[in-house]
Parts: sequence; C-alpha cells; structure tokens
Amino acid sequence: MQWAISVDHKKLAMMYIGAGLIFFLVGGIEAAFMRLQLAQAGNEVVDPATFNQLFTMHGTTMVFLVGMPILLGFGNYLIPLMVGARDMAFPRLNAFGFWLFIFGGLLLYFSYVGADGLYGAGTAPDVGWFAYAPLTSRTFSRGNSTDYWILGILVSGFGSMTTAINFIATILCMRCPGMKLMRMPMIAWMMLVVAFLVLVAIPILTAAQAMLLFDRTLGAHFFDPETQGSAILWQHLFWFFGHPEVYILILPAFGFVSEIMPTFSRKVLFGYPLMVAATVGIGFISLGVWAHHMFVVGLGPVLDSFFGATTFLISVPTGIKIFNWLGTMWGGRIQFTTPMLFVTGFVAMFVIGGLTGIMLATVPMTWQLSDSYFVVGHFHYVLFGGTVFGIFGALFYWFPKATGRLLDERLGKWTFWLLFIGFTLTFMPMHVSGALGMPRRVYTYEADRGFEIWNLISSIGVPVQMAGVALFLWNVVRTLRKGEVAGDDPWDAWTLEWGTSSPPPEWNFDRIPTCTSARPLWDRKHPEDPDAHYE
Amino acid sequence: MPAADGASAAAAQDVASPPVPPIPSAAPPPYTIKGSVAEMDAKLVVCDPDGPPVAGAGVTGIFAPESPPSREIRDLSYLVFGICIVIFVVVQGFLVVAIVRGVRARRAANRSAEEVSDEPVQIYGSIPIEIAWTVIPSIIVFVLTMVTIRTIRDIDITTAPEDSLEVVVIGHQWWWEFRYPGPDGEVVTANEMHVPVGRPVWLRLESADVIHSFWVPRLAGKMDLIPGRTNYTWFSADRKGIFLGQCAEYCGTQHAHMLIRVYADEPAEFETWLAEQRKPAVVDPSVEAGRRVFAEYACLNCHTIDGLSDGMFGPNLTHLASRNTIGSGFIPLDRDNLRAWIDDPNQLKPGCNMPSLKLDPTELDAVTDYLMTLH
Repeated sequence: MQWAISVDHKKLAMMYIGAGLIFFLVGGIEAAFMRLQLAQAGNEVVDPATFNQLFTMHGTTMVFLVGMPILLGFGNYLIPLMVGARDMAFPRLNAFGFWLFIFGGLLLYFSYVGADGLYGAGTAPDVGWFAYAPLTSRTFSRGNSTDYWILGILVSGFGSMTTAINFIATILCMRCPGMKLMRMPMIAWMMLVVAFLVLVAIPILTAAQAMLLFDRTLGAHFFDPETQGSAILWQHLFWFFGHPEVYILILPAFGFVSEIMPTFSRKVLFGYPLMVAATVGIGFISLGVWAHHMFVVGLGPVLDSFFGATTFLISVPTGIKIFNWLGTMWGGRIQFTTPMLFVTGFVAMFVIGGLTGIMLATVPMTWQLSDSYFVVGHFHYVLFGGTVFGIFGALFYWFPKATGRLLDERLGKWTFWLLFIGFTLTFMPMHVSGALGMPRRVYTYEADRGFEIWNLISSIGVPVQMAGVALFLWNVVRTLRKGEVAGDDPWDAWTLEWGTSSPPPEWNFDRIPTCTSARPLWDRKHPEDPDAHYE
Repeated sequence: MPAADGASAAAAQDVASPPVPPIPSAAPPPYTIKGSVAEMDAKLVVCDPDGPPVAGAGVTGIFAPESPPSREIRDLSYLVFGICIVIFVVVQGFLVVAIVRGVRARRAANRSAEEVSDEPVQIYGSIPIEIAWTVIPSIIVFVLTMVTIRTIRDIDITTAPEDSLEVVVIGHQWWWEFRYPGPDGEVVTANEMHVPVGRPVWLRLESADVIHSFWVPRLAGKMDLIPGRTNYTWFSADRKGIFLGQCAEYCGTQHAHMLIRVYADEPAEFETWLAEQRKPAVVDPSVEAGRRVFAEYACLNCHTIDGLSDGMFGPNLTHLASRNTIGSGFIPLDRDNLRAWIDDPNQLKPGCNMPSLKLDPTELDAVTDYLMTLH
C-alpha cells in the first residue's frame, strides 16, 4: 500500500523498473516461441496467426513496456539524486505517469483475453509493432485486437509525456547550488535530450493512433486508400515518432556508459563538452531521418538521397561518443566489475549495430536488406546489445544504491557471459540469413534457400540467454535476502548519489549538497586537485 | 443432468432407427503437401543444364546478382562492407588495446599500492584529438553519401528503359497477379512470371488490398506495392533460369507463403510462352463434368477462366496447368496436391482467403481433372 500511494521518485522508479523487467520476461518468452517455430523450416510449433501475434506483441512490449519504462525508471531514480534535489519537480504527476504506463500495459495484454469481440475471445494484435495501414483498417483487421494495440500504447504514451515534462522541469529548475548545466552528470544531459524527444515524438504517435482509431470506429478515412486516404501518411507519422524513439531508447544507455565507464577506469569522462554537443546533435538530427525506414516505399531518388545523407550524418556524433568512451578507458586502471563488463560489451556490440546501420543508410543496400532478417539483426544489436546491456550494467551499478546490498559479482559475471554468448549466437546469424534473402515476419520459410543452419544457430542462442536472465533473477532474490552490505559508496564513484546513504532517505539528502564541478565527490575526495581547476 | 439424458436418448434412437447409408463427411481428411518445390526445381534444372543453380544456399542471396540493378547494389555493398570492416577493426582494436593496457595498469597499481598515486592521471579531453575524430568520420560519411547518391540515380529511374517489356504486378493477400499488356490482348497469370533473357523488364507495381513488397534478390532490390499508388522498378535477367523471391512487407496471416518465381526464358521461348498464354482456355469434352462443377459452384466468382468466368478475387486459372506450383509458389502442382488444395485450402495454407466448398469426392475429382487440362 505504501508503494501504491507513493509519490517518492525512488519508489516509483523501482516500480517502473520492476514492472519493465516483468514485461521483459513476457516479451522474452514470446521471442522464445518464435525462435522455436523458426528453428527448422516448416515447423508447426505455433500456427501462422499465433506467430503474427507473437512478433507484434514482442515488438510492442519490448519498445513500449520494457525499454521506455525501465529507462524512464532509471531517469526517475537518478535525476533527483544526481542533480542534488529532494524529489522530482512534480511528484504526483510522476505517480500519475507511472500508473498510466501500468494501465496501458495491462490494457494491451488484456487483448489476449478478450480482444476479438464478437469474433471470439482471446486474440492479441497481429499487425506488427509499426501497424502499417491499411492492414490495420477494419477490412483487414476485424474484431478489436488492433483497437487494443492503439489504446494500450496511447495510454502509456500519455504517461511517457508527463514523465518527460517532469524530467525537463527537474533538470532545468532543481539542480543543487553550484551545478551549472555544464557541470551536470552526463546522464542528466542524456535524459534532458530524451525528454525533449519524447515531447516531440510521442504526441505524433498519439495523434496518428487517434486518427487510426477514428478510421476504425468513426468511419474516418485518414489511412484508407480506397477513399483517397493515404497508406503512406501512416508511415510518415509513425516513423516521425519511430526514429526519435530509437534514440529515446539508446540515449539513456549512453548515459549509463558515460557514468559507469569513468568510475571503473578511474578516469574522468573524456571530452565532456563534445559529448554534450554530440548528444544534443543526435537529438536534432534524429528528427530528420525518419524516412530511412521508407526507402522501399518509392519516395523517389531525391528524398531517398536526402534521408540517406541525414542518416549517414547521425553516425558522426554517434561515433564521437564511442571515441570519447575509448578515450576515457585509454590510460585508465580498468576494473572489470559486472557493470563495467556490461558497458564494455555495450560499446563492442553497439559498434557492430552502428556499422550495420551505415550499411542500411546506403539506400541501395536497403533496397535489398530492408524488411529482411539483416534488419532484425541490426536493430537487436542496437537495442539488445546496446540498450539492454546498458540496462544490465546500470542495474548492477545502482542496485547497491537502491537496496543497500551488492549483487553477487560471480553470478553477475556468469550473467554477462551467458547473455553475451547467447546474444551473439542469436543475432549474428540473422545478418547472414537476411543477406541470403530471408524476409522478416515470416512464420516459416522454404527449405531450399540455405536459411536453415543460420536459423538453427539463432534458436540455439535462446536458452543460453534465458539461463543468463534466470541467473540474474536468482542473483536479485539472493542479494535481497543475504547480499553483501554495500555502504554509501561501494564503487568509490564521483557523482552526488554516492554521497548519501544506501538506500537514500526519502528526502534524499540531509543537507542539499553543493557542487563545484562535474564530479562533486572527486572534489571532496581530492581537495588537493579538484576538478574545478580544469573547467 | 441434461448431457446424460441426451446421450441416452441418442442411444435409444440408434437402436430404434434402421441403418442409414453413410453421408459423406463434410470434414476433409488431413492433407499434407506431396513432394516439395525444391525437389521439383532440382528436376527442372536438370532439364536445363546451362541454367544457374536453383536449389541450395544463396538461391535468393543478394551476393549472387544476375541483373544490372542487383549487380550494382552488390558492388556498392562490397565497398561499404570494406569501409565498415576497416572501421570495425580500428575501433575494436583500440577497445582491446585500451582494455589490455587498463587491466595491466590496474594490476600494477594493486601490486604496489603505496608507491603509485591513488588514481591514474586524469585527462579531461584534447581538442586536436577530438577534432580529428569528428572530421575523419565526416569525410568518410561524405564519400559514402556521394557514392550512394550516384548508385541511387543509376538504379532508381523514373521512365521505362528502351525496348523494355512492361509487366503489371498486383499484390493480393497472399498471391501475385502478373499482367502483360500488349496490342494482341492482355495476358494474365499468377505467381510465376516469365521474362525474356537480356531484355529490361519494367514492373508497374500495384496492390489490391494491403502493402506488399516485390523482392527477387538476384534480380533487383525490393519495391513496395501500395494501394492507391503506383510504383515502378526494373531488372534485366542476365541468363536463363528460375529466380526466386517472396513478399517482403508483412501483409497478414500468410505473408510467409507469398512466393515469387521468375522464369527467365530465351526470347524465342518467351514469345512462345506468351502466345500460348494468349490462347483461350482449352475445352476438353472428356472433362466436361469438371467444367460444369467449376461453373455451377462459387469457383467462378473468384477465378477467371477465359470463356467461362471472369472472377477477379483469386488467380487467373486459364492456363493453370502450364504453371509448376499452386498456393503462391510453395506447393508443387500435381493432381493430388491440387485436389487436396481444392478440398480444403486452409489445411495447406492456414488462413488463406479461399474457402473450402465442401465438394463431394466425385465433384472434387471432376473439377481437379478439368483444371489439370488447362494447359
């Protein structure tokens, strides 16, 4: 009950992350069924309709009910602590946003119980997570399954918007004395840009979904080509949301890396101002690349060239970040704790996802590779090898702050290696099957095309990943019962959250801290050589 | 206890009523596909030893182009792959070196905890280095953009190449319609496209329902078929053979079974094929019974057979027996498979839009025999 009525940003954050992890298990089980079905050509583990529901629900869940809430949850937990505030700017709005997310998620999953209305119960959405018109029209999607998809995401989207407003207000107005913008922890910058992107992108999705709902229930014709509506309009609207969304999902993970990597390299983040510039640059450019999801729509050579160019361009600030992290590690004294393993894995995997991204920005290559398994491999390298590895790093890093106990390192390292190996087994072969001509979203494939071996390897990776996740859950349960007590500052780190107790009191700080540089705790620990000298 | 009552009443009736002749069951028997398209293709290749291999790895691979657009994409891909591999090696190399050095430094510091200072030297940044790793990637990106735009302009042409063959491709849930317009009348076929070797083929892409995408990787990149819009793409097969592909944009339940077969024939063969297809449907008196079944049941609402019906919802069957496959390219066409398909299409292709008409076995045999004569 204390939790249900709480407006404390830390409690809300832990509920965000906990709920996100539960949805992560659900989405993972959906993926496991798909991999079981695709392990061999012509398998009949699930029927085609079920398979189509599985990939729709998997994608929707992982983006909206796992990635967003966990990352927003970390933002919620860390922003007030790291900028030295007692809570978010609008605590009740914060709680409202969280409960909207929960309600939206449950509404979406209620479709498994009652979505098809008069046509029979128990049908989840099956239109794919980007729900292209006119497959979503009443003609091609009967019953109510698509309506559940619209409403569930629409509701949780409102939650994300309120959270974004809260982030911006807190970061801009509630920093402790001395914390100028250019002294903020890097993660605060990342969350600030994310919050602006949420405010720009999510309303577009909400509006598009409302239009689709009008089409389906009130007889409007926005996306209905039979009555001069436009099927492509949906794609423009969806991807104008969808591409910033990718950066909403990766920028917080960049933030985790930018906090964790310095701590375990024992060095200050290399090139802070350029890092800030790159983050803001990514924020702006990400608003101008959406049609690279539409290179096979036939937009014509001019638009294809423009969006290819902007997509290439975004790799420059992204590359800067990677180089700055390398610069941070360079000459450091690296300690491979579990969080450091995960963020190093993040950098290695994200480089691969970035390079396949460059291939996909090469428009003619996308004419071949779009909607193939190559794309599936690409975005899992970004969102799993990137975002999810970042999340695991963050979980291991801040768990002691939130609970006062250190997760077991030995189990943690096992978790990392199992996830790393399982991930590579599953997603690396997808690049090959895609280049061999296997389209995505097929419930089965022909036996003569050379896809089998690559699909089998992909499927073999699944149990390995599941073992990693199971070990992590066991680690959490065990640590909560009898984990090593962490103390206030187990990693000897430099940002403000480590200057208060673990777990922090409800009011965060007994006295509001003051800040003399980007690493206030470094200044306290090294009064002879404070960072302020180098600003 | 109504259930028990009903059961006993039924039992009583059984005893009382005289035996009735068995009514043919409405539920069709369980069917499986006989043979496979892959085996069939292997045999087709034996007939044509010069053709490219049809079965085996890479049969739809993007690195085995047989047409100018896909070849140009392959060449560009090699360049981009090359650049990416260099970047990969450099970046991961720096990462590995940074790790090795960092771990060694940590061990050294641990061994002599008192002598070295508490923390390594703090380096806040370096303007020249940071400029370098902003400018160098920018140059690479500029080069990539330029070569990309050049290739886009080469491939994405807006008017039909000279002397090209125009084919209208219409995507349906879950099959392909191919129409060959021409002065001597239009030829309409489904799922198996014939084209002449060496002549550009200009595809006009439309959709009858939702968005589909035409993708035959060895001939060209994919292009969407969008309702309410017309797209164009082209290819020109370098050599004789069968080129496989499939729908690449998720289009509903049977998206996985919307396969494309492109037969590149010698020009003379192609003209013969076209002339054959232009002929009206064969009328063979020996299968008149089956023809009547087709005409009397709902078959004719959806399927066109020239001279008999003009349904538009399903594939044109005028020359069905000249094709190698049914079900949009994943079931070899033979009498058993066709009969099973007509009896209950949803067993072989669950979710497809063709209903089972619950024909009795005689009608089923008759209509199957009739369709098998439509060369």
